[in-house]
Amino acid sequence: MNIVEKILARASGKSSVSPDDVIFANVDKVMIHDVSGPGVIKVFDKLKKQGISVDKLWDPTKVWVAEDHFVPSAEKVSAENIVKLSNFTKQYGIEKHFKYGMGQYGICHTLSHEEAMVMPGDVYVGGDSHTNTTGALGAFACGLGHTDVAYVLLNGKIWFKIPETMYFKINGKLPDHVMAKDLILKIIGDIGTDGGAYRTMQFGGSGIDEMSVESRLTMCNMTTEAGAKNGIVESDQKVVDYLTSRGATNVNLVKGDDDAEYSQIFEYEASEMEPIIAKPFSPENICIVREAPNVELDKSYIGSCTGAKYEDLEAVARILKGRTVKIRTEILPAAISIYKRAMENGLLKIFLDAGVTVGPPTCGACCGAHMGVLAKDEICISTTNRNFPGRMGHVESQTYLASPQVAAASAVTGKITDPRDLI
Amino acid sequence: MQSFHKVTSIVTPLDKVNVDTDQIIPKQFLKLVQKSGFGKFLFFNWRYDENENKKSEFILNDSKYDDSHILVTGDNFGCGSSREHAVWALLDYGFSVIIAPSFADIFFSNCFKNGILPISLDQKMVEKLQQESDPVEIDLEKQTVKTSSEEIFFEIDPYQKKILLEGLDDIAQTFQYEDKISEFEQRSKIPSVL
Repeated sequence: MNIVEKILARASGKSSVSPDDVIFANVDKVMIHDVSGPGVIKVFDKLKKQGISVDKLWDPTKVWVAEDHFVPSAEKVSAENIVKLSNFTKQYGIEKHFKYGMGQYGICHTLSHEEAMVMPGDVYVGGDSHTNTTGALGAFACGLGHTDVAYVLLNGKIWFKIPETMYFKINGKLPDHVMAKDLILKIIGDIGTDGGAYRTMQFGGSGIDEMSVESRLTMCNMTTEAGAKNGIVESDQKVVDYLTSRGATNVNLVKGDDDAEYSQIFEYEASEMEPIIAKPFSPENICIVREAPNVELDKSYIGSCTGAKYEDLEAVARILKGRTVKIRTEILPAAISIYKRAMENGLLKIFLDAGVTVGPPTCGACCGAHMGVLAKDEICISTTNRNFPGRMGHVESQTYLASPQVAAASAVTGKITDPRDLI
Repeated sequence: MQSFHKVTSIVTPLDKVNVDTDQIIPKQFLKLVQKSGFGKFLFFNWRYDENENKKSEFILNDSKYDDSHILVTGDNFGCGSSREHAVWALLDYGFSVIIAPSFADIFFSNCFKNGILPISLDQKMVEKLQQESDPVEIDLEKQTVKTSSEEIFFEIDPYQKKILLEGLDDIAQTFQYEDKISEFEQRSKIPSVL
């Protein structure tokens, strides 16, 4: 069995499973946030009306809550949702509620690794499509709708059809200034936004071994944009060290069997990769940065679960050090812990000296919520994950998806820029 | 959840592929958690201009389709964000059947939790249906799509068929067996964590 099959077999108490088997899996962790949480509360209200008891959750210690999409609240509806969420966690005795303004908080997917909430081998589900991110730790991680999340909260289980696995073997090492984001955009460009539909996208090979845990998180995060059920990387010592340094104990490695089967195998030579962007209005609409359209950018946005981890900010700082930005540039670290490290290590000073506005952790403008959304006709280069029409603001705004280094280099020139041409 | 058996109406052809949930219901409406009323925000940016006037060229604004319950659209419908609001908006607007060559995974699953029947048919059939001007009958029991000229069989998972026919989502369905579940839990040897 491959790693996903092994995890799901264990979680369903079966000795083996194969693609297309339907199983009922025990869930190890479940996450809700300030959009899916109120959605779940709505489902609970509906169930109550039907006379179904929703007095108790299956296991409040396995549930955790993030505030990220609409915080800090910009208006009263968002504020009310946060109050609703707080009442919910209080009522059900959920202790892991990361509240803004009270120490660590941030984007849910970022907290999943920053706070070592998920372990290799876990079945982890969340009320958000980018839950796939956390598969980089060697877990089976996938997003669910609100009704399914409500079901898990009450029962601790959910059914899955065992997905087929597409294996992406990455050979070699990415060149300087080429990041995991470039590689995953290339893959999405090749297979399309439905290329991974109801399948696992597993990444392996020497190129993945070389990669940091945070780069692997970027890879898995974007599997959602290929329509994949989940993304996954087999855990190794890097994952153990990463989680242990964040307070986890007894981290076990989980790997597939030597004779694991995959429905398709794709091979990529990392050393041949180049910086890539996805043009409006689809993540599959890619081109090489050096062949990008010569557009005047209005904005550079460095944020989100995809592109504002510590390593991303470090890469941005290397570009911005001693330079100034030519267009409006925002950096929103994805969690308070990242923000703090950026402060301690002098990154914030580099950003501020370059003229950047540094904002609080939040999904912010990535989902067009607040904190610098785009006006009509504005053109933005962004480290986020989606560029559908209106995703980051006005429906006639445009977003180019890019790596943190490309977004930073472009901030300096005001044009879509390959970081190698800046240096 | 409303049970689903049969629907007869004209189809609304939406000739687009990769329709994502940001287009089905834009982010500004996600904050709303009222029980219903998401229908008026369905395809908001396609239906309305900046001043919230109806855009006459968008198909949903053609009054001919006001009573349509069947949306016929392109590949990978419902991709992107997992927001269940997308399904709530389609249902509240009046669509109970969506026909496409393929659907995005989370969206597809969300349909069954809310009483919408998503039907996958091959590309040619979908294109043909988009041209159909007479009412089309969808019969879930028989698993057929009937037009003025032909009757087409569609596939559906038996369990998903059952929950739509009975109008029970997974949760309601499970709680029908609450006694048995508690009994099983007492005896279960499956550890939740290894």
